[in-house]
Amino acid sequence: MRCVVDNQLTRALRGLGQQFTSRIWRLGFASRFFLAVLLHSGTALRRLHLTIREIYFTGVLSLIIILVSGLFVGMVLGLQGYDTLARYGSTEALGVLVSLSLVRELGPVVAALLFASRAGSAITAEIGMMKATEQLSAMEMMAVDPIARVVAPRFWGGVISMPLLAALFSAMGIFGGYLVGVQLIGVDEGSFWSQMQAAVDFREDIVNGVIKSFVFGIIVSWVAVFEGYDAEPTAEGVSGATTRTVVTSSLAILAADFILTAFMFTGT
Amino acid sequence: MSQESLVEIRDLNFTYDSRPVLTGINMTIPRGKVVAVMGISGCGKTTTLRLIGGQLKPTSGTVRVGGKVVHELDSDGLYDLRRRMGMLFQFGALFTDMSVYDNIAFQMREHTNLPETLIHDLVLMKLHAVGLRGAHHLMPAELSGGMARRVALARAIALDPMLMMYDEPFAGLDPISLAIVGELIRKLNDALGASSIVVTHDVQESLKIVDYVYFVSEGRIVAEGTAEDMKNSEVPYVHQFVWGEADGPVPFQYPSRPYGQELMASAVRRG
Repeated sequence: MRCVVDNQLTRALRGLGQQFTSRIWRLGFASRFFLAVLLHSGTALRRLHLTIREIYFTGVLSLIIILVSGLFVGMVLGLQGYDTLARYGSTEALGVLVSLSLVRELGPVVAALLFASRAGSAITAEIGMMKATEQLSAMEMMAVDPIARVVAPRFWGGVISMPLLAALFSAMGIFGGYLVGVQLIGVDEGSFWSQMQAAVDFREDIVNGVIKSFVFGIIVSWVAVFEGYDAEPTAEGVSGATTRTVVTSSLAILAADFILTAFMFTGT
Repeated sequence: MSQESLVEIRDLNFTYDSRPVLTGINMTIPRGKVVAVMGISGCGKTTTLRLIGGQLKPTSGTVRVGGKVVHELDSDGLYDLRRRMGMLFQFGALFTDMSVYDNIAFQMREHTNLPETLIHDLVLMKLHAVGLRGAHHLMPAELSGGMARRVALARAIALDPMLMMYDEPFAGLDPISLAIVGELIRKLNDALGASSIVVTHDVQESLKIVDYVYFVSEGRIVAEGTAEDMKNSEVPYVHQFVWGEADGPVPFQYPSRPYGQELMASAVRRG
């Protein structure tokens, strides 16, 4: 009896160890892949039309979801912010609350989460399907490196699109806050804009927000291209890779957000 | 290496996950000839092509193409060699985000500095050769299986390769498309002065067009010779394969326990 329990325990531990080592191995592979993408980025940057095409597919086609979500997030912030500020008699600070929340935090994070779901999953599925249908192999056999021709332009397209989308998300959110706060509830328009202008610091708030969204862009694009390239060449494999892109990049965004916030905003 | 041979494979072994896929393969592909590699699915035919193309590295042995040992080439050398190879994949592997025209122009744009007007003429010439000049504006999703295979063939010959490799070119084609593709393989090989390797299990069509045949079974060459030799072969495996017999050395059933034992075991499980 004891022997059976020992065997089961050994098997469970071995399974756990295998899972752990395979994840570490995969992380190493993903890091090497990231380096390969950077090394092969010359083509993507030299032949800019390849990257511009990807900016269109990942960035421009994500505009609807980013803008609409930004508007609603801003409107909700306007309502919730007004309710809270009214308790302290400082409703004129609504503009500051809405803008700082968006520029520092919600803009980069929510836009990145939406970007991971909309564009990241699409990149993974496209590269995964190209692998499953032997298009990547065909490219290799034509003496064209798929990392340079397919992966790098998609990676840079995502990295460039992300800060622009986050900026648009924040701008739309501020507009949503204005609509609810000023137009619907009746907060003073002058206070709304002037306090926002006085409180939001370009270096501390906006640049840091842009840095965050740039880092999130690298994370989402890296995860998306890697998962697509590493996908098993079957329908199930591509579906699993797409799911992993959304889950992994969302968790990585939230973790990176905490680390970046801890370094950037020191309570000044 | 003989001047007459474009590809020479010597004592080739390839193991995948400690499972032997190819064992002791020796092949010679002479210049200007069409050679078929035949065998049932999973016998290692496609792996052989991938080893010739440098997409896989052999466990031991050598693959020489044009006098160069493929797996000893660095990345630049390998890409340089591949520029002189063409490969037709089983289902075409056309780039689905590009039109037929752009698929064929792809390699010309990647590897040459030809002006777009010249590329245009070359693309139409390649499409004309496969009978699809009028389809240059279509997207791959708008093509039938046979048309897609012909477009892929036009793409594979875009840079006039010295070696053409065909991975199951006849799979899933109707009889007319099958005959057209077969004829194109032979005609294009002769017109380009290239050598061709056709990996296939379509016996009747391929025996009409090839000069020489290698039969592979379980990773080993079990027979070789001209098409006529193969038709008259008394080797049981070749005989079963060429004449499509259900009974022979290739078993119908996947290896398993005896049927009676299996049924008894499930009856016991059900109580």
